[in-house]
Formats: sequence, structure tokens, C-alpha cells
Amino acid sequence: MSTKSYKAGVKEYREKYWTPDYVPLDTDLLACFKVTGQPEVPREEVAAAVAAESSTGTWSTVWSELLTDLEYYKGRAYRIEDVPGDSESFYAFVAYPIDLFEEGSVVNVLTSLVGNVFGFKALKHLRLEDIRFPIAYIKTCGGPPAGIQVERDRLNKYGRPMLGATIKPKLGLSAKNYGRAVYECLRGGLDMTKDDENVNSQPFMRWRDRFEFVGEAIQKAEQETGERKGHYLNVTAATPEEMYKRAEFAKEVGSPILMHDFLTGGFTANTGLANWCRENGMLLHIHRAMHAVIDRHPKHGIHFRVLAKCLRLSGGDHLHTGTVVGKLEGDRNSTLGFVDQLRESFVPEDRARGVFFDQDWGSLPGVFAVASGGIHVWHMPALVTIFGDDSMLQFGGGTQGHPWGNAAGAAANRVALEASVKARNEGRQIEKEARDILTEAARTSPELAIAMETWKEIKFEFETVDKLDVG
Amino acid sequence: MPLPNEIGNFETTQTLETFGFLPKMDQNQIQAQIAYVLANGWTPAIEHEHPSKSFDHYWTMWKLPMFGETDLGMVLSELDACHRAFPDHHVRLIGYDNYTQSQGACFVVFEGRS
Repeated sequence: MSTKSYKAGVKEYREKYWTPDYVPLDTDLLACFKVTGQPEVPREEVAAAVAAESSTGTWSTVWSELLTDLEYYKGRAYRIEDVPGDSESFYAFVAYPIDLFEEGSVVNVLTSLVGNVFGFKALKHLRLEDIRFPIAYIKTCGGPPAGIQVERDRLNKYGRPMLGATIKPKLGLSAKNYGRAVYECLRGGLDMTKDDENVNSQPFMRWRDRFEFVGEAIQKAEQETGERKGHYLNVTAATPEEMYKRAEFAKEVGSPILMHDFLTGGFTANTGLANWCRENGMLLHIHRAMHAVIDRHPKHGIHFRVLAKCLRLSGGDHLHTGTVVGKLEGDRNSTLGFVDQLRESFVPEDRARGVFFDQDWGSLPGVFAVASGGIHVWHMPALVTIFGDDSMLQFGGGTQGHPWGNAAGAAANRVALEASVKARNEGRQIEKEARDILTEAARTSPELAIAMETWKEIKFEFETVDKLDVG
Repeated sequence: MPLPNEIGNFETTQTLETFGFLPKMDQNQIQAQIAYVLANGWTPAIEHEHPSKSFDHYWTMWKLPMFGETDLGMVLSELDACHRAFPDHHVRLIGYDNYTQSQGACFVVFEGRS
């Protein structure tokens, strides 16, 4: 029996989409937006507009609404909070019923939550700060192809962070010379090396040639060191077909791991590749080119913690998180907040780390946090403290810039890493005692002594642009 | 230490994963690492293998993992017993973490002769 009648026209969003009494369901997908409305529009109306425009609403009432039960499907703005230290913006919390989203599709979630609403005229700025994915939704996602535990077992790496490097120069090497650089790093003590993100298949080095030489480099280094090695072969390509072709060949040459750029390549390609990796026993390293375009502005865009959560659902075994101490942007508490989201099975709400919701990840495998960019041996004790064992520390210039070359640079980093881990296990405060620990280790490692001398003056101390909101 | 001016030559060696780049640990240092395993609540376990087969995922277990062991001295004496029984083998100590279903620690304590 119908109880409603159709009245054409424009209604205020808050009549329908502002529901302060609503208690979110365990199955709801929850979102926290930082909203900066146009002046003189009430907060409730702006929050309701965000909820409406990111779910069932449109600007005008339509007759066909009455053919369904929009009370069941609509998103609801259920809470508004002040942003500490900012009178212009506020947080709007929105609950979405789970049936608004296709199972296993972060693509669908993002298309709704960060779709048209971000261009909405009533808003000056809008930033998606966090999403609480209900466990019921997480169970529909494939997640990391292997995860931290399986990767450690496959590669026999225990009790310490892994060590890597991006091969430099990032562009211009021939395939054979590139493979040489890989081999030198691996024989010197790195666990893995990495294609730079913009290495795809350019005229100076086509992908097939690179894969063949790199495959030989890995095998030779494994035979000579007795350790397991890998190189992230970047299969990011112009089309999914090409991507899969390269992935097949990477497996054929014996690499244990592939690489993909999840934002420029897109979530559809990423999820497909993650599924392929799971079926083919390959690990997947994820780079994040383009993230700063989306996540750096404190009032507009998507916070990286959301992109990181989406990546864990879409699938990847490693994800770049910034270094906190290196050349790229990254606040320590905020970084630790999303590093938890990658690795833990439950992350409680913690505003001091920018975590707005409890997040239950259930049995979804964990993702290694990758610290890469402008780091060198002097940073090692701090990196071990900040990132812990379940991380991949990558020193590009910090390996290959060593005066004796890549192998010595790799050895210097490996000695510094192991000395830091050993000292931590002995109960020492390694961040405070960094100088002593490294100096001690350098007594038996001329490679480390030289590295310490080479990079002693290099620091990257600029203020972070995107800070956590505190009063 | 004075730094050499010439370019050095780095020679590849067999390094056996974690702590493979550090000098051989003395008795105190080994004890500190065992204490770390025990303090984390991990289960100590000992494995050994001939160097020619050290790349294998599976090494031979020495008895069973030492479930519930909290005595550092017991772990040390089992390590020694394994080393005496297989002087040519690598002997490694593992800390099984049953929460992560992984190994929180794993390093070679005695290197065998290859």
C-alpha cells in the first residue's frame, strides 16, 4: 500500500539525509569527510548534501523514487564534529547501507563516495578522511595475493625488515646494463630491487629484454649468496591485455614478484592483476604514483589512509607509505596510522593517528609497508624503529651512490640494518644510540664506514604540508 | 678507522639470511637474541642442515620446538648439543610466533664447514 504522494520540486537535503538519531549498523559502510561549505549554508544542510550526492540523491525530486524504498538505500549524515584548530571546516560522518556497493569492488565504492559530490557547487572543499569498511564487505574482497606471512615463508626472510633499492638512473639504461645494476645490488646483500615506476617499455629498454636480463641477475645472485632474491618487474602497461602478457613472462623468467602502479593503472587493473598473482603464486609490489595529487591538500581530495585501505582490499603485498625521515612528505603519527591499516587484523579508532573508525580486517592478509625515497644508512635505526620488521626499506641513491658501487652500497645498508635489528633485540634504544650502533658496526665493515662518511650531512628537514588536525 | 682512498672490491659471499652480514656473535650476544625470543613469548626451535643444502626451505629439525621453554640456559645447551652432533652443519635458532603463524626470529648460530 502506498503511503506517499509525488510532489515535484526541490527540497532541502537535510529533510531526508540528515539523521542525527541514526545508529549505524555493523554492516554499514561509514565515511568521514572533512567538509568546507560555502559561507552561510548551514552545516547540517551541507553534510546532508554530501550524503545525498554520494548515494541516492539528486538535486530534484523525481517520480520514480516512489517505485523503491529510498529509506532503505539512502546514505545518512549522522554526525557532525568540529575540526580541531579550524573554524572553517567540519567533519561529516555518513553511513551507507552495504547494498549500495557491488561485492568485491573498491571501484564501485570510490565511484560513489568520491564521485560527483567532489565537484558539488555548495562545497568549497571536500576531503574523504577515512572509510570504515564493514567486515561483511571485506569478506567479499580478494586482498593481497600472498600477504606478509606467505611472502616471508616463500623468501625465507625472518626477524627483520627486508631491504631493497630502486634501480638508478631511473630512465635510459639498456636492458643488459640494467640487469648488471640489479645483480650488483642483489649480490651485495639486498633482498630485492625494483623497477622505477616510469620504467615500462620504452625505446631504450623494451620490457622483454629487461625481464630476461633481470631474471638471470636474480638467479646468479641467489646461487652465489645462498639467499633468496627478487626484482619487482613493473608490468604496468597501457592496456590490461599487455599487462597480463608481461606478467606471464615475468613468471617465466623466474621472478617471484611483479609490480604495479595502482593509481595511474587504476583499481580495475590492480584488482585483476592481484587475482592473477594469487592464481600464479606471484607476489605483487604496489607503487603509488599520483597519490600526492589526490592526498596532499589538507582540505580537498582523499587522505592516503583511504587509498591504502582500498589497496589492501584490491590487492597488493607491498605498498609505499613514505619514509617519515626522507625526502618525501609524511607526518610520523599519520604514517603510523595507515601503516597499521595495512598490516594489522584490527585497528581501533585513534584520532591522534588520524584513524576515525575501528576497522576490523578479519582474516585479510597483511601488506608490507614500503619506505622509499631519499633515505640512507644514517636513517636506518630510525626506520627500523618507525616501521618495525614487517616493512621493506628501499635505498636507491643510498645504495647505488656508494663510492665503491652498488654491491658495496648494498652491503653497507645490510650491515646497518642487521646491526640495528640486533641492537633493538638486545633492548637498546636504537634511535637515540644510532651513532654508536652504526659506528660500532662500521668497525668490521669498510663499506658501511664509507657510506656513513658519504651521507653524513644529508638531511631533509622541511615542515609537513598535510598535518594531522590538532587544536 | 682511517677511510681508504682507493675504490674497494666487494666480494660476494654465502650469507645465510638474517645477521649473515654481521661478525660471528659471541656467547653473550647469542644469549641476548635468545632472551629476545623468549621475552616475545615465541617458541624456540633448532634446525640444522649441511651447507650444500642450506638453500632448501626445510632444514632438519633438532628434536621438537621447545614449547613452553622459558629457560635461556636450556636453549643454549640444546644448541650446543645439536652443534656437537652435527659439527659440519649449519645450526639455526628459530622463534616460532603462533599468533602471526610465522617466525619472529631466525638466524644461524653455528656455521658448518662447506
